[in-house]
Amino acid sequence: MTGLFPILLAVLALALLGYWIGRQRGLAMRRGLTIRIGTVHSLPVYHGLYVALTALLPAVLVLAGWAIVEERLVADRVIAAVPVDFRPVSEIDRGAFMNDVRGLANNALEAAFNPAATAVVPLYRATSEAFDLAAGVVAMTLLAVGGIWAFSRLRPDFRARSHVEKLLRWLLILASTVAILTTFGIVLSLLFESWRFFQIVPAAEFLFGTHWSPQTAIRSDQIGSSGAFGAVPLFWGTIFIGAIIAMIVAVPLGLMAAIYLTQYADARVRRVLKPMLELLAGVPTVVYGFFAALIVAPAVRDFGVWLGISNASGESALAAGLVMGIMIIPFVSSMTDDALMAVPAEMRDGSYAMGATRAETVTRVLVPAALPGITGGVLLAVSRAIGETMIVVMAAGLAAKLTINPFDSVTTVSAQIVALLTGDQEFDSAKTLSAFALGLVLFIITLLLNIYALSVVRNYREAYE
Amino acid sequence: MTATSAPRRAPTNWTAPAMQARVAVRYRRERLFRLAGLGALCLAGLFLAFLLFTIVRTGWSGFRHSEVAVSVVFDAQALGIDPAVARGPGGVEAIRRADFNALMQRSAAAQLGPAADVVSEGAWLDLRAAVLADRGVLGQTRTLWVPVRSNIDLLAKGKFDENEAEVTRGVSNEDIADYHYLEARGLIRTDFNEIFVSAANSTDPELAGIWGAALGSLLTLLVTIGAAFPVGVLAAVWLEEFAGRSRWTDFVEVSISNLAAVPSIIFGLLGLAVFLNFFNMPRSAPIVGGLTLALMTLPVIVITARAAIRAVPGSVRDAALGIGASPFQVVVHHVLPLALPGIMTGTIIGMARALGETAPLLLIGMRAFVADAPKGLTSSATVLPVQIFLWSDDAQRGFVEKTSAAIMVLLVILLLMSSVAIYLRNRFENRA
Amino acid sequence: MTEPCPKLSARNLNVFYGAKQAIKNVSIDISREHVTALIGPSGCGKSTFLRCFNRMNDTIENARVTGEIRLDGRDIHAADMDVVQLRARVGMVFQKPNPFPKSIYENVAYGPRIHGLASGRAEMDRLVEDALRRAGLWDEVRDRLADSGTTLSGGQQQRLCIARAIAVDPEVILMDEPCSALDPVATAKIEELIDDLRGRYAIVIVTHNMQQAARVSQRTAFFHMGAMIEYGETSTLFTNPVQARTKDYITGRYG
Ligand SMILES: Nc1ncnc2c1ncn2[C@@H]1O[C@H](COP(=O)(O)OP(=O)(O)OP(=O)(O)O)[C@@H](O)[C@H]1O
Ligand SMILES: [Mg+2]
Repeated sequence: MTGLFPILLAVLALALLGYWIGRQRGLAMRRGLTIRIGTVHSLPVYHGLYVALTALLPAVLVLAGWAIVEERLVADRVIAAVPVDFRPVSEIDRGAFMNDVRGLANNALEAAFNPAATAVVPLYRATSEAFDLAAGVVAMTLLAVGGIWAFSRLRPDFRARSHVEKLLRWLLILASTVAILTTFGIVLSLLFESWRFFQIVPAAEFLFGTHWSPQTAIRSDQIGSSGAFGAVPLFWGTIFIGAIIAMIVAVPLGLMAAIYLTQYADARVRRVLKPMLELLAGVPTVVYGFFAALIVAPAVRDFGVWLGISNASGESALAAGLVMGIMIIPFVSSMTDDALMAVPAEMRDGSYAMGATRAETVTRVLVPAALPGITGGVLLAVSRAIGETMIVVMAAGLAAKLTINPFDSVTTVSAQIVALLTGDQEFDSAKTLSAFALGLVLFIITLLLNIYALSVVRNYREAYE
Repeated sequence: MTATSAPRRAPTNWTAPAMQARVAVRYRRERLFRLAGLGALCLAGLFLAFLLFTIVRTGWSGFRHSEVAVSVVFDAQALGIDPAVARGPGGVEAIRRADFNALMQRSAAAQLGPAADVVSEGAWLDLRAAVLADRGVLGQTRTLWVPVRSNIDLLAKGKFDENEAEVTRGVSNEDIADYHYLEARGLIRTDFNEIFVSAANSTDPELAGIWGAALGSLLTLLVTIGAAFPVGVLAAVWLEEFAGRSRWTDFVEVSISNLAAVPSIIFGLLGLAVFLNFFNMPRSAPIVGGLTLALMTLPVIVITARAAIRAVPGSVRDAALGIGASPFQVVVHHVLPLALPGIMTGTIIGMARALGETAPLLLIGMRAFVADAPKGLTSSATVLPVQIFLWSDDAQRGFVEKTSAAIMVLLVILLLMSSVAIYLRNRFENRA
Repeated sequence: MTEPCPKLSARNLNVFYGAKQAIKNVSIDISREHVTALIGPSGCGKSTFLRCFNRMNDTIENARVTGEIRLDGRDIHAADMDVVQLRARVGMVFQKPNPFPKSIYENVAYGPRIHGLASGRAEMDRLVEDALRRAGLWDEVRDRLADSGTTLSGGQQQRLCIARAIAVDPEVILMDEPCSALDPVATAKIEELIDDLRGRYAIVIVTHNMQQAARVSQRTAFFHMGAMIEYGETSTLFTNPVQARTKDYITGRYG
């Protein structure tokens, strides 16, 4: 794969040469002519670009396609040469094994973890080189054929610009399909891995079971080797932290902050407070997580003990929810801000004109009028909170419990995904696959929440337009 | 019905005591409401201030470390280095083979007496670096300040309460005795921690640095911006300038707005399933991390770039089209230059988000322990936020200040990035 | 009135915005020597009609044009007609001055540059000066060519736009209410300029100002609700219109 890079450079250099030749040809066409509109259809630049792009695109496509499949093909060959006893079986093992081989081949590693890797390094090198060479020959041939053909078409009335622009248009369309491909990638990979998971664990057990302990034993004869995959405690933990505790913090604070900023603060105060909120929104979640674990969680535990709650834990739903709520404040505030701003000024003026105070205007007129917008914003905030990962990983713990005690530790969907996938296990084990099933649930819930919330917000905006 | 009842009603007496009291109550409520709003903001501000204060308070000492003075006899013979070879072309190899660790231990034992074991396990690297920097020290005696073990370092910084019982204190009586022994003789000092800013991760807090993670972040972000910026801008141009309305463009738009709301951890699952397992790309590598974050940042860039492009007045497009510019020339010559500040703002915001992102990178293996700074896009690496996460998870006390110090570095970088974004946005708004 | 080969001719032209028809079956010949004015009440389709001649309606998403337009006898909707070249040959000046937010020099040089009309800096300088002189702006801006085009006054901006249009040496210039955003003094200057340019370029101008049409044009077409009601010599049309609706409009009784 790394061997393709010099080839790519060579291809680019040759395309540049093609550009220069085409451009010279274009310049030669206009020599000695008095140029008016239409004497020569396209500028020399476009003749150059036409030659360069026609030569470049097929070659680059071939190289790109090759780069995608090459590692796999090389890996297949290399692993086939390993004695059966040492051969890696699972995807993860294969990956680790090839990492070894690659590291040795590039001299980035001094010794491999798997002794069998050392033996196949020469084969890896040879295969890679042969494959790179083949790709290089194909790419260069395409480049030459494309370049010469394009050059032979250049004429004063040749519409080089139109052709170049047609190619560029395809490039734009290609770029915009990346978003669609990503969506498909997410949906397909989640569905596929979840489907494999549901082959092992019935979907009903996953969705409605109340016992979660995904330990799959190392040896199959150990007791409890199957693990338990009832995800309800995770769903509850997610809702408890993200949709309940965090919102109890974020909604009133965010709402009041937005009301103060839009109705009371003058421009100078806003200039100070708005960036403060933006700063709050810009702090990485891992920092919040660290703060929650270092300061908030111990304080919450001490508080719980002081209240006389015996099982107050060092990792608690309350600590994670509190910090997450504060993290979400700027989001709620800016959504509320938008919603309040969309209320027609006449409504507010009408209330003032009757002698209502600002507080009365806000609570009796503005907030009720903006309620759908605010609700939509809160739903969006909920969808953010339940997808948030680092704070819960660092401060909420990993104990799957169905509890309403905020001082107890609970776990969430996202925290479990991280926990399930950061150990070293086989990729096919039910434990690993269950992370994708959790991911699927998270994806669907946030998606539905978003679609619904956005439609609420949109309808609301249109109502006042 | 009001028409009939109206004439019978007495006019409101605004000066009556009852009414006055009522007005007073209303005003009091008004003041309370206003205070509640201000209070909410102050609470958020206080929290932010407290967070920053805590981080700085625990983190600033991470930029300093303690060193102990050891005078070292660089005996070439004992090291097994031939001074002539060392000066020659193969010198670096020869020096790298030499056993500086033994030299360090010998020197420490000779100089520091009972407190010899305060020296960090990585201190010998300083000796080697001294020789690599200047071959002239071979055969000479030099006094070097070498790093001490983390616990001694923390003692020097006053992070332990020496009066606490040994079991709960976190540091042994021997260490305390060693520290006082050195301090009494003026052999220990605290100064700028160059290891922290130049080293990669280590299992010993005193030898761990953020340089490896910072470089990993840089490489990852280069991949992210290299992939997301062109694709995002081209997609935005297509949607705004060329696509028109069709089922296909609706589909693209819906995809983009939904992707913008997908939790970041889902992108980690995508990266794991597609880049690692399907395309067999290397685990823990900046290229995979960068591509994963690129998919995550793409919607941000597309959405802001579209807004910036839409803000370019139509009259400019008409003017250019009117003298025969092709649609592409209009975009390249006029629309993009005018939209660029807005696009840059969006890109920086997206990059800042990517720089602070942790969860998806955990899933594609960037939490692996990496003791060297990454050498390229495919070598194993970690990034700043993941490093912060790993250190915060580490039980060793010495990592607490490192974690906070790393957070300080991350926050400063983020602050710089958003200042640039705000500057660009202000200029953009003033012009428009 | 019909010449052997008119510069521009439209036959059975219809324009639709979605389902709404904005131009109804209009046929017209526009001569190369004259200034042709299009008049009519607001919303009658003058701009729409004008934009057909350089196919600017292509850029409006829901606009659809049927019928035929010929430039020097060649169909401008033909498959082999390059719309970009067409727009260079048929220049346009818009209602609101719309200079690029670039230097005065770059504003004028842009057209020649994208069409490759100048080789070398010296030739470009000459082209720019020539266009600015013909637009009557040279003396006012010769010392500040590097200033942004948007720093000029409205009238100067509009003349800059005219200079920009004539820098590519078009054959026709379309003007859509070029003076409606200007004060009387600037308007007088533009009218003078139009008079100077007459003969060298075929000019089609949309105006709401009857006096202006009478002053600058030799031919006038009156539009009403998308249809062309009357077309003829300006002097005849203003003094002795054939159609009652024309008469009502020019005497201000329309409405
Ligand atoms: N983009 C568009 N989409 C839909 N309808 C349009 C569009 N542009 C113009 N129209 C309609 O087509 C008709 C003709 O418009 P046009 O702008 O050509 O009128 P006009 O004669 O130039 O008016 P004015 O003198 O006010 O400039 C009008 O009824 C207008 O509402
Ligand atoms: Mg008009």
